Amino acid sequence: MREKLEALQAEAIEKVQQADNLQALQDVRVAYLGKKGPITEVLRGMGKLSPEERPVIGELANKVREAIATALDNKKNLLEEAALNEQLQKEAIDVTLPGRPVKTGGPHLLTSIIEEVEDLFLGMGFEIKEGPEVETDYFNFEALNLPQDHPARDMQDTFYITDHLLLRTQTSPVQARTMREYNGDKAIKMICPGIVYRRDSDDATHSHQFTQIEGLLIDKNVRMSDLKGVLLEFSRKLFGADREIRLRPSFFPFTEPSVEVDVTCKVCDGKGCNVCKHTGWIEILGAGMVHSNVLRMSGYDPEEYSGFAFGMGVERIAMLKYGVDDIRHFYTNDVRFLSQYHKA
Amino acid sequence: MFVSLNWLKQYVNIDNSTPEELAERITRSGIEVEGIERIAPESTNVVVGYVESCEQHPNADKLNLCQINVGTETYQIICGAPNIAQGQKIAAALPGARLPGGMKIKKAKLRGVESHGMVCSLQELGIDEKFVPKEFAEGIFVFPEDAEVGTPVAELLNLDDVILELGLTPNRADAMSMLGVAYEVAAILNKEVNLPEEAYPTSNSKAADFVQVKVEDNELNPYYGAYVIENVKIAPSPLWMRNYLMAAGIRPINNVVDITNYVLLVYGQPLHAFDYDKVATKEIVVRTANEGETMQTLDDQERTLTGDELVITNGKEPIALAGVMGGANSEVTNQTTTVLLEAAYFDSRAIRRSSKHHNLRSEASSRYEKGIDPNRVKKAGAYAARLLAEYAGGAVAEGVVEFDELDRQEKKVELDTASVNARLGTTISDDEIASILTRLQFGFEQDNSQFAVSIPTRRGDISLFEDMLEEIARIYGYDNIPYTLPEGEAFAGKLTTKQYLKRQLKQYLQGAGLMETITYSLTSKARTEMLVSPEVKEQSVHAVALKMPMSEEHSHLRISLLPELVDTLSYNVARKQDNLGYFEFGRIFLSEEEQTTEQPTETARLAGAITGTWTEQPWQQEKKPVDFYVVKGIVEGIFAQLDLEPVFQQAQVDGYHPGRTATVSHNGRAVGVVGQLHPTVQKAYDLKETYVFDLDVAYLIDQYKEEPSFRTVPRHPSVTRDIALVVDEAAHAGDIQRTIKEAGGELVQQVQIFDVYQGEHMEAGKKSIAYTVLYQDPTRTLTDEEVEASYNSIMEAVKAAHGAELRS
Ligand SMILES: [Zn+2]
Repeated sequence: MREKLEALQAEAIEKVQQADNLQALQDVRVAYLGKKGPITEVLRGMGKLSPEERPVIGELANKVREAIATALDNKKNLLEEAALNEQLQKEAIDVTLPGRPVKTGGPHLLTSIIEEVEDLFLGMGFEIKEGPEVETDYFNFEALNLPQDHPARDMQDTFYITDHLLLRTQTSPVQARTMREYNGDKAIKMICPGIVYRRDSDDATHSHQFTQIEGLLIDKNVRMSDLKGVLLEFSRKLFGADREIRLRPSFFPFTEPSVEVDVTCKVCDGKGCNVCKHTGWIEILGAGMVHSNVLRMSGYDPEEYSGFAFGMGVERIAMLKYGVDDIRHFYTNDVRFLSQYHKA
Repeated sequence: MFVSLNWLKQYVNIDNSTPEELAERITRSGIEVEGIERIAPESTNVVVGYVESCEQHPNADKLNLCQINVGTETYQIICGAPNIAQGQKIAAALPGARLPGGMKIKKAKLRGVESHGMVCSLQELGIDEKFVPKEFAEGIFVFPEDAEVGTPVAELLNLDDVILELGLTPNRADAMSMLGVAYEVAAILNKEVNLPEEAYPTSNSKAADFVQVKVEDNELNPYYGAYVIENVKIAPSPLWMRNYLMAAGIRPINNVVDITNYVLLVYGQPLHAFDYDKVATKEIVVRTANEGETMQTLDDQERTLTGDELVITNGKEPIALAGVMGGANSEVTNQTTTVLLEAAYFDSRAIRRSSKHHNLRSEASSRYEKGIDPNRVKKAGAYAARLLAEYAGGAVAEGVVEFDELDRQEKKVELDTASVNARLGTTISDDEIASILTRLQFGFEQDNSQFAVSIPTRRGDISLFEDMLEEIARIYGYDNIPYTLPEGEAFAGKLTTKQYLKRQLKQYLQGAGLMETITYSLTSKARTEMLVSPEVKEQSVHAVALKMPMSEEHSHLRISLLPELVDTLSYNVARKQDNLGYFEFGRIFLSEEEQTTEQPTETARLAGAITGTWTEQPWQQEKKPVDFYVVKGIVEGIFAQLDLEPVFQQAQVDGYHPGRTATVSHNGRAVGVVGQLHPTVQKAYDLKETYVFDLDVAYLIDQYKEEPSFRTVPRHPSVTRDIALVVDEAAHAGDIQRTIKEAGGELVQQVQIFDVYQGEHMEAGKKSIAYTVLYQDPTRTLTDEEVEASYNSIMEAVKAAHGAELRS
């Protein structure tokens, strides 16, 4: 019996070694360790043995069973690992093929500039105001110190709807409206971005529709030096920390004194180049101290309150900052233009 | 305004500045110098020559062979100009000469004969063709007889002059004259102004014997002065005068006309010379025109008057459109012997009206329109009389026939040093202010830091404290004002919720793959009738029309963003860009009136348009075109950004695909549309399948409720039930979904569709839709009984409302 068991062990282990897949291995397990297998059979025949031999053979039978089971488990692990390796090999891909593109859009360049300017002024404590694009003659002109028959009031530039309704030619009416809203007895710090219209034929530098951002600060004791300070801070944030500004006298009906504001050219660093027409300076804004007539018409007492206003063309800023050469690009919305200004 | 520096030198000393320095200082102090032009920087070796002989070239009909004496030598020069003749004094460019434009003069052979130079026209010497006198326009220039042979022509023709081009803002009408510019430059450089001598000799005649002046409207014409000059000999004006006129951009004509133009440029005071004999009636009557009256102006145009214009008449008919242009019937010609010279003050509004109505701008009208100096009218008249006597041989009759009710008072402005400094943020002293006023040549009385300033009438733009503030600031120098920050109360700058949400929605759409666009608000009438969202159309609104559009393309304000947005797709597709997703956040303009008289409603819309492939992976042969559900998903996302729930309903909308379009509503209010463009619209725009959406974003943003508190994460488990229903194939999954949600009760948190099936194993005309219903109560665990009860009421409801059966 002992011989038979040892032979069985050798035979079973031989079969385990020969099994080359999990199914074959399972078959070996059933064949040798199953209920109908030879070891069970040996154990069943134990009754014929002497009481001395029984425990010895029983122990041996268990050892043989364990040895076979261990061999089976080891082989199973080996086979499973091989199977996994084979599967992983099959699953290999070409990592050099291109990835699946993620579709992203982006903001219009004018929106980027507007939001950048808005954020700069929000940081300086200004609020953002809006107003109608179809304006009354009163708010677009009269409330801004441009009465009928004023020489600066050129009808040719304005799209009229009726004699008293028009497409606003500037965002300044929002200032006049805000001053009324604030009732003449509160300080105002606001900017108003918006679309404006002029009777111009569209070409590389003119557009019948364009975008302005104007600002207004009204308080007690506002000085022209404050205007310089605020605009210097703004220009440096928008165009670079090493920029300088300068003021040149100009004329706007709603401000007096009125100035044009230049910033040092960033292309040549103020040395002079084609972009700045060899002056080293680039005009970016119009500004001035709010005219007493405008204050008075909007309910502010010019003896008590003073203020400054400024305005800029967003397209112009965008053209300067990004070197855009034709204002029409902003409105034809060519995807090849739009996607240049953000990572798509 | 073109300012000749050689001319300006006669009134103010500018010797210590280069033209560039001067230009820079003028610009920085108030008037922008837009250009600096040298007439002919390079003309050297061009001298006055005497044409000793002029014969036909032996081998060429149209060429002349001339012997030109330049003083030291005689040169043989071949000249093709038709107006060259023996005895003339001409401009001879000798070998080695350089002409403007870079031309070099060398010895040459023309048709076998040597030529040692060139006889020049004014154009060849650098004068703009527009300003060359007519008699020399087609040939060479001929100098007056007194020109000295051998003199460099640059001197005689003022070719070494430098011209500053001033860009004048409407307030600086004072700088539309050489004297005005001289005052400005004198203030900047701290110099004196040398004024011209105006006194003139008179004859024994008396002007009053020649003419009477009558003015009907003393407000529109407060001053009219008439001078009479006899024995005038019409001839070219002196060369120096012609040079200055050409430099200023005015073509010389004859001595009389040139003198009126020259004086206009010196004083900024328009003058007009009539041929006295043609006036014929010994009478000048200034009146408003009669409606329908006609007259011919000097530019040979027949003009029908509206009745708004001021006209100068001879008592019978108009002889000039006052302040704008003279009449052809009284024009000075070569036959004129007696000149009636007008120096008048016309009100700016009257002149603006005539000039605008007749679309006629002249040197005169542009000055009257902006306002002239009342104290220069008589001076300019006198100076012109002096020049007519001197350069046209005229005898000036004694006296000026006048109508005079003109106010010549100077305005007063009070200011004090403290107010100036408070407003500018400066520390200017009393003495500095006094010095600035002196430099400006403004009269003033000073009491320590109090100033009472008399504003010269040439500065009509100054009447208030802040006007003086600007004068002081610009002469003091804006660079000298310090940089400070406002000292007032500090505000916290912050976007409003609406402004924040607008940015948020734009960012969401960009993240979803759409590119932002901005299109024109002005569109064509035809486009205001296209792709209008149904809820907008229902309001029976009208598009606002411009009174005088520049083109049909931009004649109306849009009432939908889509026509221009879809056009943008079309524009890009035409440029071989096939896969596009665009959105615009912009305003539409809705008027309740057919003829707009009140401000329309302006409201924000959010629209998008997508065409072509939506997802793509070429090497996997994967290419999914955009479809309805892509765009619907984007719209659902917009609602989700605002914590709102959209309801979609199949709809027939003009311009849209009848089977692939839904209206969008929220809480029972229609807020927009989503769908495929109708194939005929796609074809009109040259587009393939294109999907769009258009939402009343102003309303949606208004509906957003800020969630003040944090929503707890549910701790009790949820229960799900799947329900597979069989319904008619025409049934709408979304309608059934809504029924489930409503019938299921409060415990239903979510109903999702997980399968739609039609085909094999289904009865014809039927389809199956499967839903997952999620039940949850954040405060407790649900019981089987309550879920079962809800499930039963759902089944009853879907059967009743949609005839749905449970799929077996
Ligand atoms: Zn530069």
